[in-house]
Amino acid sequence: MTTAKVSAPARATARRRTFTWRRGGAWLLVALAVAVSVLPFYWILRTALSTNGALAGNATNLLPADFNLGAFQRVFGLQSPEEAVAQGGSGAQIDFWIYLRNSVLFASITTTGAVFFSAMAAYAFARLRWRGRNLVFSLFLATMMVPPIFTALPNFLLIKNLGLLNTMVGLVLPYIFMTPFAIFFLRQFFLNMSREVEEAAMLDGAKHLRIFFQIILPNAAAPIATLALLTFIGQWNEYFWPLLVGQDESVRVLTVGLGVFKSQSPQGAPDWSGLMAATLVSALPVLILFAIFGKKIVNSIGFSGIK
Amino acid sequence: MTTLTRNASRTEHSVHRPLKRRGQSDLKIALLFIAPAMIGFIVFYLVPTLRGIYLSFTEYSILGDPTWIGTANYEAIAKDPLFWNALAVTAQYVLINIVLQTALALGLALLMHRVAKSTLIRGALLLPYLMANVIAALLWFWLLDYQIGIVNYFIEAFGLPKVAFFGSEEWAIPTQALINTWRHMGYTALLLFAGLQAIPSHVYEVANLDGASPWQTFRKITMPLLRPVLALVLIVTVIGSFQVFDTVAVTTMGGPVNASRVLQFYIYQKAFTESDFGYGSALAVILFVILALVAFIQMKFLKGNESDLD
Repeated sequence: MTTAKVSAPARATARRRTFTWRRGGAWLLVALAVAVSVLPFYWILRTALSTNGALAGNATNLLPADFNLGAFQRVFGLQSPEEAVAQGGSGAQIDFWIYLRNSVLFASITTTGAVFFSAMAAYAFARLRWRGRNLVFSLFLATMMVPPIFTALPNFLLIKNLGLLNTMVGLVLPYIFMTPFAIFFLRQFFLNMSREVEEAAMLDGAKHLRIFFQIILPNAAAPIATLALLTFIGQWNEYFWPLLVGQDESVRVLTVGLGVFKSQSPQGAPDWSGLMAATLVSALPVLILFAIFGKKIVNSIGFSGIK
Repeated sequence: MTTLTRNASRTEHSVHRPLKRRGQSDLKIALLFIAPAMIGFIVFYLVPTLRGIYLSFTEYSILGDPTWIGTANYEAIAKDPLFWNALAVTAQYVLINIVLQTALALGLALLMHRVAKSTLIRGALLLPYLMANVIAALLWFWLLDYQIGIVNYFIEAFGLPKVAFFGSEEWAIPTQALINTWRHMGYTALLLFAGLQAIPSHVYEVANLDGASPWQTFRKITMPLLRPVLALVLIVTVIGSFQVFDTVAVTTMGGPVNASRVLQFYIYQKAFTESDFGYGSALAVILFVILALVAFIQMKFLKGNESDLD
């Protein structure tokens, strides 16, 4: 990746420089940008650990106002409705665990399917010779241009006609076979892989299926993992399609559930601490993935963005 | 990145020669490998695209069958004040977004390139981008709350009047654009940063020897060489901004009055709230055409596919 490449002269200049006001100012701006990006997340945590009653009186206190785990209990359904109402919640039952399960199912099924089938297609586009290959590939690429809402309306009708509204199958179907981006992303890596091992295997009479499973997939483990990671995060955050197809409680995912949580707030002041606790729990899987694979994600952006 | 593609095509040519010698086409096996993706492509991309265009010429209320009504939907749209309002509102959102986001991201990318290359900093800047739009929306809904939001507290502390960020017609769209800028700033900066890293350092050394000022270097070297990446970033930003939905749906629902009813939210309302799928599809076709035009014009104007490095 280009990001990893730091030219030697540039590094030397950097080392030679000592503190100047200009450099100090530059660092200050960087620090400011980091603060603007990260501090709001602290504010989520701080609010989630406060009680609604105390929030208004302590708008600027950096620490939680009247430290309390009630908001999290409310999110996980561990509070009685009376208790919840007393703390500023709606008292309505919110099945957070079901939303969590649905999000996990939706994101992992679509990621697994899309990455695997896209890898197969990418193999055909990168390593096999057949007539019309480039034409078909350009067609696939062109679909990256079609705005999701445009296909979402007819896809909704299709899923409805198939009787799959409010089912997990209906939710995952449009994503499970491929994403144009995944095919494009993996094709780039497959094109660059060495032919030698593959050709040796060919002479041994190995067929393409074996080459794909035993040579290509293991050797491309790193880009495939990166792609899976990015796809999973994207699917976890998906809102529009689950909003259309998965309204029912039994298949509602976290993003849609959050919107519902917000609109269920009683008249007057929203249940801010409950809302922020729910937000935090919904973001947690991505935050954990980011904590583990942060470097991988950051370095893949330079590649993934430049299509 | 250009290097990568060039290498790729070179490999492709050289490695295919031995196979060609055998005069064998892999069509059968290729069909097997491509079959699942092909099903997905045809059923969920190709057919819906054609069906969407067809539906835009019909009247279709989900119950019953679509009836062909020619261009009636488009004629109605041309006279629909809500459509023109949605278009204006979306344009305002896109404009604020491009200007703010590109300027901030370019500044950040330059800062990262010059002083702070650390992965930790890049990771911190990327954090908002990894959050769902819904989460970003709820977070800022709280931070910008009129009554007890921290931002309004500071505004008041500076002796200024509080701002009804989501509740006033003049602020509804700028606020949505600011939230989006917050979420995407780091990501865009990383793309530009990658572009800056790809500019060979000897170009700068020559400029240095010639006694170019930092501003001249930026204008005469950095900007032209960054152009392909910048073009791409602009296209991605514009196309992404035209499709704003999640933030609006979670915070203002198009309000107050029509102040934040962006195009995509209007399509959603027409199709799913008023179940007028024909009209909704026609609106979606218009959005599609706008996006294609924007991409085309930007590619032409910025000559995005050519690099001065070659």
